[in-house]
Amino acid sequence: MIVAAPDFAAWRAAARALLVAAVPPADVLFDDGTAPGLFAAGELPPAPTAAAPEVPRAFVALAEAVACHREAQRWDRLYRVLWRLTRGEPHLLALATDDEVSWLLRAEKSVRRDVHKMHAFVRFRAVGGHFVAWHRPDHRIVRRAAPFFRRRFPEMRWSILTPDESVTWDGVGLHFGPGVPAGAAPPPDVLEDMWKTYYRATFNPARIKLTAMKKELPVRHWATLPEAAIIPDLLSEAGDRVAAMVAHAEGAGSAAAFMPAARDLDSLRAAARSCTACGRCGPGAPPAFGVGPGGARVVLVGDHPRASGAADDLLAGALAEAGFDPAAVYRTHAVKRAPRPSPAAPREPHRGAGACRPWLTAELAALAPAVVVCLGPHAARAVLGPLFRFAERRGEPVAAGPVARAIATHHPSAVLRDPAGTGSEMGAELVRHLALARRLAARGPE
Amino acid sequence: MDIRRKLEVLADAAKYDASCASSGSSTTRRDRRLGSTEGMGICHSYTPDGRCVSLLKLLLTNYCVYDCKFCVNRVSSDTPRARFTVAEVIRLTLDFYRRNYIEGLFLSSGIVGSVDGTMEQLIAVARGLREDHGFGGYIHLKLIPGASPELVAEAGRWADRLSANIELPTEQDLRQLAPEKTHAEVTGTMAVVADGIAERAADARAGLTAPAFAPAGQSTQMVVGATPTTDGVILATADALYRVQKLRRVYYSAYSPTPHADARLPALRPPLLREHRLYQADWLLRFYGFEVREVVAPGANLALDVDPKLAWALANRDRFPVDVNAAPRELLLRVPGVGVRNVDRILAIRRHHALTAADLRKLRVNWKTAAPFVLTGDHNPAVRRLDTVGLKRSVQPTLFDDLGGDA
Ligand code: SF4
Repeated sequence: MIVAAPDFAAWRAAARALLVAAVPPADVLFDDGTAPGLFAAGELPPAPTAAAPEVPRAFVALAEAVACHREAQRWDRLYRVLWRLTRGEPHLLALATDDEVSWLLRAEKSVRRDVHKMHAFVRFRAVGGHFVAWHRPDHRIVRRAAPFFRRRFPEMRWSILTPDESVTWDGVGLHFGPGVPAGAAPPPDVLEDMWKTYYRATFNPARIKLTAMKKELPVRHWATLPEAAIIPDLLSEAGDRVAAMVAHAEGAGSAAAFMPAARDLDSLRAAARSCTACGRCGPGAPPAFGVGPGGARVVLVGDHPRASGAADDLLAGALAEAGFDPAAVYRTHAVKRAPRPSPAAPREPHRGAGACRPWLTAELAALAPAVVVCLGPHAARAVLGPLFRFAERRGEPVAAGPVARAIATHHPSAVLRDPAGTGSEMGAELVRHLALARRLAARGPE
Repeated sequence: MDIRRKLEVLADAAKYDASCASSGSSTTRRDRRLGSTEGMGICHSYTPDGRCVSLLKLLLTNYCVYDCKFCVNRVSSDTPRARFTVAEVIRLTLDFYRRNYIEGLFLSSGIVGSVDGTMEQLIAVARGLREDHGFGGYIHLKLIPGASPELVAEAGRWADRLSANIELPTEQDLRQLAPEKTHAEVTGTMAVVADGIAERAADARAGLTAPAFAPAGQSTQMVVGATPTTDGVILATADALYRVQKLRRVYYSAYSPTPHADARLPALRPPLLREHRLYQADWLLRFYGFEVREVVAPGANLALDVDPKLAWALANRDRFPVDVNAAPRELLLRVPGVGVRNVDRILAIRRHHALTAADLRKLRVNWKTAAPFVLTGDHNPAVRRLDTVGLKRSVQPTLFDDLGGDA
């Protein structure tokens, strides 16, 4: 007997009637109307008077999914399993290895994957205030996939067109209509260029895995994905981009690249002469390494070297006042050369401090002083990290490594700039902090 | 700078963060007008590096005062810099979302000014999306380690997932390469999130309708291969995070030669296979009941030529063969070539009839690998190979061909 089953509802009604009338699967052929039929559909048995047998809920869910599958044989397969389920094999669905069941499971999986891909690969294009997409699913899944879009985009007016069927959301309900050919796809959206920009930027050319990509993004969907258009470009650029990355990584950027194997002061000073990490130093302008005794217990760190002048005198006076023998103090800078004056960046840029920091770190490690005095916020951040809050924590002895301690205080030129003059509170603070540093150094490690 | 150029710079700068999947959330937020988070995360596209694009992954800015050596955004890097405004990120997210390009937003930032100031900016984006635009899509915010607890708590109100990056597996690695960070600070921030999630769960159990708090949990990321630290140590760190901080995921990111990398880092191709093995091992810890010390010794690395489950089986042949028709679930899970899903199917089927080798093949068990390790209802001659010297070679997948395969 041939039974017409254009959709799930029709199949379901027919299957129930056949089941009640005890028509075995071998005697039925379902016709979903997609292939030209050789025979006309027959009469169904009369409407059942007896109750249909109990059907497991899991089967109904499975059947709903399989119903969307494009294969015409799905109805026959479903009926055969339904027959066995109700005729002594109630546990049949647990047997994933049974040939009939495993076909249904695979079909269900294929439909599920297709729905998932539709959720993912639909690309709306704004057409006036309306959002329209054209998509080509493998199976007849529009009705199965549509509620997701309703939940996701309730405030928008949208349509999804597919070759089988189309669906529109008007803010109130879903409306289904006929299928639409690819030619009816809306024109490109202004945002697609932004999206491609993002796609290009988020791709890491150092790790190409094209097979993995094609597995998840089947090539047959590429035509409707705006970003897929630039994949060939991305691939052809990749080699050069990686080469450029590696070349760049090995060169400049940090003084670490110029670090000698031996880390004593003399080796460091000699090696620093060839440093070009941030471009400030060069053959005619060598880095200014620190000066003073290698065994100094106190190291003063300034921001960067500058021409001597009033600030030097002020510092010398403050050191004397704090009880220091100036010859016993080692003096150095966070950045080994002053920045070239630039109208664009009048203030000390972070970059120089970061690039040069390895020298300071190595220098302090070679000296192993008891106390490091940081003159001004730039020096303090170079020694104590970029989040050090100078304004709140100056004058406070803080840990700088396992044994050493650091104190941040005013830079002498900041004291000079203070409108209150050199006799100001700032100057007095500088002297107090220096005196504290001297006492700490004398006390030795705790 | 125009918005397109900013997008280029700030998406490029964010791409090294692997901890970005939109899974694990299904909350319906009140007053939602656009967007949903339901079911498993959806990958809206894939890049030629095989990675899924599910979120708009951006940095708010790549200016940063920190100097983490493996990070392209560190202060001493001469990478181009840019900075989005809060409004720009909100606009881009909504525009992309309405076209179904993305599942939502993954927002991170370089640290500018103060830790809290930066955190506040990130929060402002999430709050703007939720409150001003009724956005119900996925939001993942990166936490700035050391941000104050009130800010972390607020971030949890708006975000689906939070993450603070542990960055490197040991404190010593951090000292060397990320001097401004400490594990204590990172785990302290994680603990605030863990508390928030636990509190929310307790309220829900008590029948209170508490507002959402990071419903997709928290995750973290570790860079692999920038220091000589072994896989054993890496996995022990991950395991501790799963147990103590109840993390949902630990992501491993093979150290990549980033442009502008610090010269003290190895300039090599990223150890992708090692990263893959770490994910497989991580999977064994979370879903297969393995303990770290079973998978790898503390001072050792995972084998690269065999996956960690097969490696364990080869080293513990006395536990095999396992009878698929009688063994408990825990033991079935240890059979190489058989995944969790198939273990459950085997358990369901054997209630009705004994499984044969043909049944296992139909379930698409990796039979080449599994055969010598199992007893089936019929005669399985492959079991005789269990104690032979050539076993490893006969079950081993050819190098690299299992990338992306099932455990
Ligand atoms: S300032 Fe420092 S980092 Fe820059 S070139 Fe001179 S020594 Fe090297």
